[in-house]
Amino acid sequence: MSTLSITNLGVVVGDQEIVKGLDLEVSSGQVHAVMGPNGSGKSTLANAIMGRPGYQITSGSIELDGQDLCSLPTWQRAQMGLFLAMQYPTEVPGVSVRETLELALQARGLDQIDVASRLDEEAQSIGLRTELLERALNVDLSGGEKKRNETAQLAVLVPQIAVLDELDSGLDIDALRSCAERIEIMTNDGLGVLCITHYHRLLDHLAADQVHILVDGQIVESGGPELAKELEANGYSRFITSEQEPDGVSVAIGGAAREGQSSGPDLEDPFADPLA
Amino acid sequence: MAPTPTGPFGSPEWTDLIGSSAFLERRQEAEKNASQAGLPSFEEELWRYTPIDDLDPSHYRLEAPGGPVVGPGLALGMREDAAAVIEIVNGQLISTMINDDAVVVHSEGPEMEKAVGSVVPIGTDFFTDCNFGYCTAPVVVEIARDSVVTSPILICQHTTISDIAWFPRLVIQMGENSEATVVEHQTSPAINALVCPVNEIQVGQAARLKYLTVQEHGPDLWQIATQVAEVQRDAHVSLSQVALGGSYARARIDAKMAGQGSSSEISAIYFGRQKAQHDFRTFQKHQAPHSTSNLLFKGVVDDDSRAIYTGLIRIEPDAADVNAFQTNRTLKLSENAWAESVPNLEIENNDVKCSHASAVGPIDEDQKFYLETRGVPADVAEALVVKGFFADVLEGLPSELISTAINGRIEELVALDKERQ
Repeated sequence: MSTLSITNLGVVVGDQEIVKGLDLEVSSGQVHAVMGPNGSGKSTLANAIMGRPGYQITSGSIELDGQDLCSLPTWQRAQMGLFLAMQYPTEVPGVSVRETLELALQARGLDQIDVASRLDEEAQSIGLRTELLERALNVDLSGGEKKRNETAQLAVLVPQIAVLDELDSGLDIDALRSCAERIEIMTNDGLGVLCITHYHRLLDHLAADQVHILVDGQIVESGGPELAKELEANGYSRFITSEQEPDGVSVAIGGAAREGQSSGPDLEDPFADPLA
Repeated sequence: MAPTPTGPFGSPEWTDLIGSSAFLERRQEAEKNASQAGLPSFEEELWRYTPIDDLDPSHYRLEAPGGPVVGPGLALGMREDAAAVIEIVNGQLISTMINDDAVVVHSEGPEMEKAVGSVVPIGTDFFTDCNFGYCTAPVVVEIARDSVVTSPILICQHTTISDIAWFPRLVIQMGENSEATVVEHQTSPAINALVCPVNEIQVGQAARLKYLTVQEHGPDLWQIATQVAEVQRDAHVSLSQVALGGSYARARIDAKMAGQGSSSEISAIYFGRQKAQHDFRTFQKHQAPHSTSNLLFKGVVDDDSRAIYTGLIRIEPDAADVNAFQTNRTLKLSENAWAESVPNLEIENNDVKCSHASAVGPIDEDQKFYLETRGVPADVAEALVVKGFFADVLEGLPSELISTAINGRIEELVALDKERQ
């Protein structure tokens, strides 16, 4: 049983405060979805959890099973059981996924695992062509292939807690289903998931225990899966005050936000017909 | 024949040098040229950023004592299947083994004398003139026209004795429509010596040559090398350099697209550690239309090492429909390391596509972060990123055997680097 506890977290990137006093707790077997408009701090939260250089923690703590992670380098956080599936997985020329996972597992003392065959199995189960595993990491892969590749790595590494930063973007409906179902199986085996997404469609296949709305660096509301459905219907309008609206940011989800405007402040409608 | 008493490297016994009296006269002419020109200075553009003013020729003995062949180093396993193996040690040709009828080697006689200076003539520069004057073991490798030499030709230049200066001269003559791969392997232990190789390459019409130079000198040796390839109509040359050692290791590389439809690929991997200085000067000269050249140089500077790259793409007025590209990237792994990259274009024809790009910077933090998120320890992640940085150049090397060995050496260098910290 593992628990990732985030308490009063403040994160600054450059000279901008992006995350402003955030509390969140994810335990083994749970799925927590974090949803919010563009620019609300979702990816910053994911990067801060993994200790990406340039993301400065200014307040609060991030703990895994009571141990503070903030002073640890990224790789040690990963070795303790965290995993980040990236929104835009970085291309690493000349380095294969097999070699990467072998070195990662070797450093954890798990060098008896046959990484090549495990990767093959996982790739097949989520419909990633196995010949793509021979390529350098994420090089010349489509957006969807990159996300499947992230999922395959997640399944081979078997972390305690996985942060999925928009895993669904770039995935077609079949790929989304196979990746989500694979992750669902992992959650049944005890994986805790912090799932950042814009859309409900991922949560149709990966049942969320909790949905959190992140606006302007803070969680403004938490609830059950029904909250995601409400967002799908009404958008974020009721969670946003005009002071919180980031510049040029769309606050709509699908086309539904147009209806949502009646209950919120006067927001720019990104779907408005400019010729009307 | 009387020695010239005021030669830049003292006075060789001319009668000891190979060649007819006519050839010895040309040698003397070259030596005279070098003496008159004198050593270059770092104030000259071609020698900017270099430690050339520190070179004291009087420190070195102009000798060619020969010696036993040394271990294979990075060329391990290559001798067994080579089309030819030529071993030159401390200025002496020690052995020549030829396993392919299409390969002919001349180390003396009119064929040698005619070939030497055919691409790099007397008067080119101080070091090439010294080389003409003092080369003790010139070697000409001729590939018969219409022949395909499937296995690589291995040419080894070993330097094993301190304080000597020697001048290897290699000429490669690719007959029309021939194909071959040459691997030149330069080695030395930790000794202070001076080696100034000149490599003349003629690629005949429609011929295809892959030429790889692997330099694994010890940390104290100075090398000042010149390589010039002349590529005729519809011919192709690939010139690759792997530079791993030397105190000051310079390579000037000229690819002349002399015939229409000619093409060249020029690549390098260099890895500087401690106080090593790598210096590359490249010239992509397009003299004919429909010609192509593509250059990719990648290197690492670590510790207190330095790397200099300057490159010129020159398109002559008659060279229309030309594609010429030049990329230099250097990773800087330590605060004290230094690298300079100066690309240049001189274009005198409008119908060309040219680009040049250069960058000196630290390793890609995003790549390192990605690997770390999988749990790869920071130092291993950094090593992987560095290794991956060289991957595209390594993949293009003409020998898989040596490419694997170099990849292994790079992994070793990066790991060694970590151990020192």
